[in-house]
Amino acid sequence: MANHSAEVVVEGLKKILISVKEGLDEKVQGKVEKLIAELQGTVPPSHEPFDPDAQKLELGFDFFKNNIFDKNPEYFRELAEAQHPKFLVFACSDSRVSPSIVLNFKLGEAFIGRNIANMVPQFDQWRHTEIGSVIEYAVKELGVENILVMGHSHCGGIARLMELPDHSCSHMSQTYDFIDEWVKIGLPAKQKVKEEANHLPEEEQLRLLEKESVENSMANLLTYPFVRNAVENGSITLRGGYYNFDNGTFEQWKM
Amino acid sequence: MAKHSAEVVIEGLKKILIKEKEGMDEEVQGIVEMFMAELQGGMAASHQHDPDAQRLERGFDFFKNKIFDKNPEFFEALAKKQQPRFLVIGCSDSRVNPPTILNFNLGEAFMSRNIGNMVPQFDQLRHAEIGSVIEYAVKHLEVANILVMGHSHCGGIERLMELPDPTLTHDFLDEWVKIGLPAKNKVLEQCNHLGTEEQKRLVEKESVKNSMANLLTYPFVRNAVVNGTITLRGGYYNFDSGTFQQWKLCTKPMP
Repeated sequence: MANHSAEVVVEGLKKILISVKEGLDEKVQGKVEKLIAELQGTVPPSHEPFDPDAQKLELGFDFFKNNIFDKNPEYFRELAEAQHPKFLVFACSDSRVSPSIVLNFKLGEAFIGRNIANMVPQFDQWRHTEIGSVIEYAVKELGVENILVMGHSHCGGIARLMELPDHSCSHMSQTYDFIDEWVKIGLPAKQKVKEEANHLPEEEQLRLLEKESVENSMANLLTYPFVRNAVENGSITLRGGYYNFDNGTFEQWKM
Repeated sequence: MAKHSAEVVIEGLKKILIKEKEGMDEEVQGIVEMFMAELQGGMAASHQHDPDAQRLERGFDFFKNKIFDKNPEFFEALAKKQQPRFLVIGCSDSRVNPPTILNFNLGEAFMSRNIGNMVPQFDQLRHAEIGSVIEYAVKHLEVANILVMGHSHCGGIERLMELPDPTLTHDFLDEWVKIGLPAKNKVLEQCNHLGTEEQKRLVEKESVKNSMANLLTYPFVRNAVVNGTITLRGGYYNFDSGTFQQWKLCTKPMP
């Protein structure tokens, strides 16, 4: 009897959390989550410390399960057998630019690669197996029809690229294990912006570099023979995109 | 006058497409889109008769109307700064988008996506891409959690199981998935009696644990874990059964 009551209360509390996801006061939310955990008996209050981040993941999955997965059984059964995305999308790791949200991709529509500043380096089997394997799988195994490189405003990686000295002997206040080496992929773009727009204020130059870096990455895609062949055959279109979250706009263009 | 009428009709049609997104017949949708393109007249030639470009535009319109414009204060604050609590390393697979599966809002999760959601050991020469994502997340954003999320029917793990394969070579894929070899060896040692499919499910999870262990080879991660400022978490999404499991690496003493 107590168990059933506990279940009823837990379900009700979960629904409340989902329905007021945006507006619940943090403290109140924490208390509700703690009560759910106690009632569920999975986190005995006296033994294990409360883990709000684990609860966040669980509640997040519950939301997906109840509102999307369980409501579309045939769709997910088909998807479990095979994926046929039309797009390979490269987007920045930035938490604010998830392409599934910003471009409203449903599950199954877009194969996705995410890294600092949405960069694509030139073909290099030694140094760039991570991104190479994403492109390779998307083109050879999945036969995607589009590769979209999506840049965005206020990109931290591009800001770092802009800070890097032009001469390797300059002093830098901070050195990184990986970041600088990675963002240097964008140096040709930076050079171009500096040549053509050095008179513009810093912020404007950053916006230009964010877009120029996308163009640079699109050009680098052509150094992958399987991409170049597919582009020449007309079976793949290379696309650039730019999401500006100051003014809420999205530009796109294609090669 | 004619231009204004065209705009009104286009806006109206856009709203209909957004509203009927789920149930709209593909052919009808194509006809409507072409009609809208014609009305727009001055639309860039590259968008006309380009259903994939139109798909991106529609996707962004949906986001703009339903989310961006409805939460101006939220997006104003987000434009200034991101403070995600999670770094999530997920597979590039189009079916396992973590923001969808775990219902992350924009701003909540810094993302890395690659084949097989793998984390290689610290290597400044060969793995700058994932190294820079982890470095930025830990040093700049000071995330509180790193979640490595695996899934069922992973193509990368499947390829790992097939190796060595003298009949087929890849430029990048095989080299990348070899990161998971310790996981594969462990499963084959302990569970060689099981069927191939069952073994794959086990390797998918074991590979997550392997990646979690590899995270500790990054000094800035190890320090944060030892200090208790970062929690390493593993997750596994099974889209046959619609379930999500999670676990974590514990460094706190048991009470």
